[in-house]
Amino acid sequence: MSFEKVLFYLFAAVLVTASVMVVTRRNPVHAALFLVLAFFSSAVIWMLAEAEFLAITLVLVYVGAVMVLFLFVVMMLDVDVAALRAGFIRYLPVGVVVAVIMAAELVLVVGPRHFGLGQYAAPAAKAADYSNTETLGAALYTAYLYPFEIAGAILLVAIVAAIRLTLRRRPGTRYVDPSQQVHVKRADRVRLVKLAPEQKLEHK
Amino acid sequence: MEFLVGLWNAVPEGLQVLIWTLVKIVAIVAPMMLVVAYYTYAERKIIGYMQVRIGPNRVGPKGWLQPIADAVKLMFKEIVVPSNANRALFLFAPLLVIGPALAAWAVFPFSAELVLADINAGLLYILALSSMGVYGIIIAGWASNSKYGFLGAMRSAAQMVAYEIAMGFALVGVLVAAGTLNLGQIVLAQSGGLLHWFWLPLLPLFLIYFISGVAETNRAPFDVAEGESEIVAGFHIEYSGMAFAVFFLGEYANMILISALTALFFWGGWLNPFEGWPVLGPATAWVPGFVWLCLKTGVFMFLFLWFRATFPRYRYDQIMRLGWKVFIPITIVWILVVAVAVVYRLPPWWVS
Repeated sequence: MSFEKVLFYLFAAVLVTASVMVVTRRNPVHAALFLVLAFFSSAVIWMLAEAEFLAITLVLVYVGAVMVLFLFVVMMLDVDVAALRAGFIRYLPVGVVVAVIMAAELVLVVGPRHFGLGQYAAPAAKAADYSNTETLGAALYTAYLYPFEIAGAILLVAIVAAIRLTLRRRPGTRYVDPSQQVHVKRADRVRLVKLAPEQKLEHK
Repeated sequence: MEFLVGLWNAVPEGLQVLIWTLVKIVAIVAPMMLVVAYYTYAERKIIGYMQVRIGPNRVGPKGWLQPIADAVKLMFKEIVVPSNANRALFLFAPLLVIGPALAAWAVFPFSAELVLADINAGLLYILALSSMGVYGIIIAGWASNSKYGFLGAMRSAAQMVAYEIAMGFALVGVLVAAGTLNLGQIVLAQSGGLLHWFWLPLLPLFLIYFISGVAETNRAPFDVAEGESEIVAGFHIEYSGMAFAVFFLGEYANMILISALTALFFWGGWLNPFEGWPVLGPATAWVPGFVWLCLKTGVFMFLFLWFRATFPRYRYDQIMRLGWKVFIPITIVWILVVAVAVVYRLPPWWVS
């Protein structure tokens, strides 16, 4: 077995285990961390498929940003684990139905009838100087320019809308303008008071 | 010798790759640990002299054995796990801090030929790994079941996410200017001497990258995550012995990494600063590139210490304001400027 194959089976096993752990762990922080592990292992598998840009972007975006915020929220919530487990039996049938439908769909799409080496030839290994990133960039900015830009505009609108919806102006907050703070002079803050030694205080 | 060669050839090929890779990793990590140890010594000495003290001077001649004594002391101390702490995660968190800091060196070119993994997407790899360091800190704060620890973790998570964006955008500027993601080629794109390095055309990005790097490593003046005056030691308050030492190693390894990367992206990596100059150029041509890289990295490593000795700690809301409202807009504007300069081949840097 080649080194790549060993790596593939190793990380595939880690990925499957981590994904099972995500849904079975009781502690939500543990579940979130296993999800991070799952993302990371799938990134390694993509890397083995020579999709280095997608693999590293998966780590950068999902592991480095999305899951950090997720973990942030999960840690701050005081989740009552017992209440979460209470509905397990009640929702089990619905969950099983959804799972079976999804599995069936997956088999239909990527099953042996439409997928696999019999349908498509194995892609030839690219030369060492082949840049995945460059190819993707060229495709996105030439052939798919309009969809790409429209998607970007939609995301921008979504960001603005999300900020607008959660923004609230609280009138009571005290805010000091930083430029005012920077430009403060000694004369604004310091007052020298001359006290003669043994000065007699006059009472009036 | 022949016996050893025979033994090596008897090893299966897959295992050979593994062993050879491990040897290379040790060749990078072992000197790194030594540099980290003596960086802590340098920090104490330099800050000592800046504050008109002498610093450590008892263990060994001029205190040179101080870091070794510290390491031995920490190794033999007990690792106290707090009650109701999440034991597994508590012990795992320090590894998550030091792991990415060391793994990033895999793609780092020490000279034109000396690089462990010369990959095309090196810059992306660096970005991805530096974004993972935050996990160790959040998990440490959460798993130690301490309010101070948790507050420190939350602060540092928010801060690192904010400054990572500015850092990423600064690197986008570098990538636009160099036209490649490969770290070695980024260095070669800067060849031509001191004035051709990216620090000049990318001056705002250079400053922002280094300042964000200081914030990203939670160093003074951005060290609110461990702010002694409010939350004692922040995320690593409950750690002792070797577990604490690993956090420390991770922090210093990260500082060295940021210094080396700044030298690589903006100060021309291993390139000779006097390349192409009339007298100094030929006179310094014999100096190996590795020496230049070490000198440049040393300057930034010294800056880290200088900052710590000089600046008072930032207030938390000002840290966030600086990251989101100052750095990110400046980087976006400068990326546009660089893009226009590269596309229209504007002098003096992009004439070809």
